[in-house]
Amino acid sequence: MTSPDARSARTIAREVAAGRQRATDVLEATLARIQAEEPRLSAFNTVMHEHARERARAIDVMGHTPGSPPLLLGVPIAVKDNLCTAGVPTTASSRILRGYVPAYSATVVTHLQAAGAVIVGKTNLDEFAMGSSTENSAAGPTRNPWDLTRTPGGSSGGSAAAVASGMTPVALGSDTGGSIRQPAAFCGLVGLKPTYGRVSRYGLLAFASSLDQIGPLANTVEDAALVLQAIAGADACDATSSPEPVPDYLSAIDRGVSGLRIGVPRDIVGEGVEESVQRAFAGALDRWRDAGARIVEITLPHARYAIPVYYLIATAEASSNLARYDGVRYGYRARLEKTDGLREMYDRSRDEGFGAEVKRRIMLGTYVLSAGYYDAYYLKAQQVRTLLRQDYDHAFRLCDVVAVPTTPTPAFRLGEKTSDPIQMYLSDVFTVSANLTGLPAISLPADSSAGPLPIGVQLTGRLFDESTLLAAGRVLEA
Amino acid sequence: MSTTLTRADVARIAELARLELTPDELDLFTRQLGDILGYVEQIRGLDTSGVAATSHVVNQPVERADAPVSSLPRRDALANAPDAAPEAGLFKVPRVL
Repeated sequence: MTSPDARSARTIAREVAAGRQRATDVLEATLARIQAEEPRLSAFNTVMHEHARERARAIDVMGHTPGSPPLLLGVPIAVKDNLCTAGVPTTASSRILRGYVPAYSATVVTHLQAAGAVIVGKTNLDEFAMGSSTENSAAGPTRNPWDLTRTPGGSSGGSAAAVASGMTPVALGSDTGGSIRQPAAFCGLVGLKPTYGRVSRYGLLAFASSLDQIGPLANTVEDAALVLQAIAGADACDATSSPEPVPDYLSAIDRGVSGLRIGVPRDIVGEGVEESVQRAFAGALDRWRDAGARIVEITLPHARYAIPVYYLIATAEASSNLARYDGVRYGYRARLEKTDGLREMYDRSRDEGFGAEVKRRIMLGTYVLSAGYYDAYYLKAQQVRTLLRQDYDHAFRLCDVVAVPTTPTPAFRLGEKTSDPIQMYLSDVFTVSANLTGLPAISLPADSSAGPLPIGVQLTGRLFDESTLLAAGRVLEA
Repeated sequence: MSTTLTRADVARIAELARLELTPDELDLFTRQLGDILGYVEQIRGLDTSGVAATSHVVNQPVERADAPVSSLPRRDALANAPDAAPEAGLFKVPRVL
């Protein structure tokens, strides 16, 4: 069993900085837990034993400047396998990138290392982050540590399983339509999708560029804040990263919710939401009310269109982003006959290299961008996206954050939704709006002690107001 | 405009997307893409006249100094190629002509 201390990144960093623990010993304990847990969970695509040992040794030898130790000194962290790591395979759980070894690291990876973190491995995901269960993976599914017959959620399911099982205290995921928050909810974790532009995406294998963000999965709000602090900020390599100053998240988390106005869109949290989730959600609202927050009713009239809008925009962008996988510069190339030309190489490499869901989305995206359909589908979706943003602009006149359940149900069973894409898409009904609007959103573990599975509650805040989300999350932990 | 999608439509999309689908995949995607298009149909009825399109939520002018910076060495860029001639600095593909 994992000791409570090994589950806290903050504690580990303090212990290592104070010289009470060696980074090497922390790492070896982590690797031992991975060895013990991994066979039943399949959370990792790659465990970076040697890279990690080298980093930990360097930390122990070099020490650090006294006074302000790096935020994540000696903290083992897992990163989703769609984030480039120089010299370490990066596959996006796709056959088309089997054997790909990037020559550079994602900016978030560089930031983590600069903050003293030890990256221990690359976690499983739905291929190219397209999915809600981590079942669309060329490496096979990851299992939920709470119940091995269930999915950990997706697409950052490997990162969620790694943290929930105690293999690593924190992990990075990416979130295009809920891929950090839904797995966090299914695995009983804190999962934060920062504001669009808050975190550089340089080195993230692009899925839908107007929606993708990188963020932390952690056991506590404090650890999520710690990781966000390390990775947030402008980056010359990502033109969409924001110059907005990065606040001190750690000092913001204890400011409470006194006077905070929490908006609840009653019209959308009613239908199709399981009873256990309704109860846990109501319990969270009670906790916030008891701590001094005010619950106010709001409406989001266009939120019910978020899923169709999302699947039109995300697939359109994906069809364009994934055009780069053509068998020329990296990744998989199909075996060709002597008579085959360039066209056969493209078509066959892509058909053999991509899995079914990725092909489905490339096809849908290609269709909605094609001549004659662009205005009816893609442009229309972009206009409804504007209406959805206006809904939130109006709501934020009445409230400071918006609360909804993260998902309509707790973790579903492996195989339960794989044959019906639309049912799978609907599990993201409460999460996609934050990506379409660019707003920051956090999933927090609600009190689910009445049932066997974790349940998440989600808060969405104003642009760049992650601090309020973290502070409200902290209240639920008390 | 109808959202009923034929097998021929799907074959045409596959060609545009550079995907050589198997006959089974063509059948499956004809059904599934038809279902998905039927589902997203619900937004078509919304009145969006005069509503601006959102392509990006954070619009900011981005400029940087026009100064040369180092980039990936050619050898590194070629290291992941399925087929290459590193000494010539080239990726290799099947004959085009």
